[in-house]
Amino acid sequence: MPIVLIVAEQQPDGHLRKASLNAIGAGKQLADKAGAELHIAILGKDPAKVVDELKSTGAKAVHVGAAAELEHYLAETYAPVLSTLATELKADYVGMASTAQGKDLMPRLAARLKAAMATDITGLNGSGADITFTRPMWAGNVFAEVKLTTPVKVFTVRATEFAAAAGGQAAAEVKTFAPKVEASKTKFVEFKEVKSARPELTEARVVISGGRGTKGDFKEIEALADDLGAAVGASRAVCDAGWVPNDLQVGQTGKVVAPALYIAAGISGAIQHLAGMKSSKTIVAINKDAEAPIFQVADYGIVADLFKVLPELRAELQKLK
Amino acid sequence: MKILVTAKRVEDPESKIKVKPDGSGIVQEGLKYKINPFDEIGVEEGLRLVAKHTGEVVVVSIGGKEVQEQLRHALAMGAHRAVWVNHTGPLDQLGIAALLQKVADKEKPDLVILGKQSIDDDQNQVGQYLAEFLGWGQATFASKVESLESAEEKNKEPAVKLTADKKSVQVVREVDNGLATLECQLPAVVTTDLRLNQPRYASLPGIMKAKSKPIEELTPEKLGVNVTPQIQVLKLASPPARKAGIKVPDVATLVDKLRNEAKVV
Repeated sequence: MPIVLIVAEQQPDGHLRKASLNAIGAGKQLADKAGAELHIAILGKDPAKVVDELKSTGAKAVHVGAAAELEHYLAETYAPVLSTLATELKADYVGMASTAQGKDLMPRLAARLKAAMATDITGLNGSGADITFTRPMWAGNVFAEVKLTTPVKVFTVRATEFAAAAGGQAAAEVKTFAPKVEASKTKFVEFKEVKSARPELTEARVVISGGRGTKGDFKEIEALADDLGAAVGASRAVCDAGWVPNDLQVGQTGKVVAPALYIAAGISGAIQHLAGMKSSKTIVAINKDAEAPIFQVADYGIVADLFKVLPELRAELQKLK
Repeated sequence: MKILVTAKRVEDPESKIKVKPDGSGIVQEGLKYKINPFDEIGVEEGLRLVAKHTGEVVVVSIGGKEVQEQLRHALAMGAHRAVWVNHTGPLDQLGIAALLQKVADKEKPDLVILGKQSIDDDQNQVGQYLAEFLGWGQATFASKVESLESAEEKNKEPAVKLTADKKSVQVVREVDNGLATLECQLPAVVTTDLRLNQPRYASLPGIMKAKSKPIEELTPEKLGVNVTPQIQVLKLASPPARKAGIKVPDVATLVDKLRNEAKVV
């Protein structure tokens, strides 16, 4: 039986990265289509904490590789361990979420496995041995159907396009193994977390983003975000100007989000930005310029100054409470 | 130090990309081409490192004759010489990384800098493949949280810097929820994120000088690389169009729609 191996990711704070569950969801879909068995791998110094969560995702087995040298993620130490595991399992497919780690690690692992890779897949097609992947190109202006012709196939998953795996009937079998960690030419120096009291952009139900129209003043956006329990995002121009940190950037080169409600305030709607938010369920655009391209993707648009609209919006929403 | 930097030819990021009706490719008419913006950031970073520590920036591009335009652009920015791998026809990330590996074997750079992804296929793979093929360390998504518009911020410690013993680079990387710093022994592979730097404009003297800088021509055959693609693009399609929205006259109407029509508040 073919094997699909999904690599899960433990955050520096010890928790499972949520996007891993979406990647497992994609893995499940792939296993169904390919008539394959789903396996999960997790590495780290102490991955025990996330194993329980992984056990109930519907996978056949969870492979746990713990070693002190794996405390800080490095592509150079993780790739060989995973490559050995994938080879021993005879995995046909190896996948992971398109997180910073997934994007850094999977190509290095693919190179080791002499595998071709599809980045940021949004869909799966075909069945049996004839599986193809759908993935975005040109900043999401084009979707390509691609076929990988190497024996092992590697992919990363755009988390917003796949449902999170949960509630498997039977608990997966947990198989621990002792990873052989190779010496690395790269060493981990430090990780500085950028903390926020608001929900993470890629997981929030509501996202409110500001663009050049804010002139760097995010107070109204933040106030509305706090009222709605929403995440704050920004266009690339705003991040480049240094008005807000880059990890708020929504777009092709930033984060891809797909919340239930996306409010774009003072954002013109450059291709680069649209690539990161077009999959949102409902889009609201607030912009003084009636010709702004953002209105072409917005479900509801208001042609007005965001500094006038946002306080009004807060007041109206208060009335509903 | 010797730095090898890639300069891929891509469609201008501002161009409107349209898929041909039969899904076999994109409509070429009216498109402009540029150096991949992430690669241009890589050229800039290479030039800054060499300005500080002396050395040479060698720029490489793979493609037909037209990629010489992108090589000349990098030379006009200040790169010292160029390598052109002459190849037309399809090529995938495995093939590109294999060709770059051979070029690196030949050039023996201390550092290879590539854009983290090219803005046409958005794969984000080649730097990592190359690092593994060469057996070198990698630091992807080099960048830093700082404003590029203020002088004070620009004078901060750079995100890519040579360590005191000059045997390794320290790289600050933008990752999920924060910044990670790695130290890679040289030679190493670094890929650039968007905010690493602001590439300089090519000056007129730079453009004039670029005309006489050498471009070495290689081919996959000369490099002994089989570039038969392992990734087949079967079909291209436009993304599903969003149904046209409406403009609402005031906030009260908007809230009503969000509550009763979209049911999101």
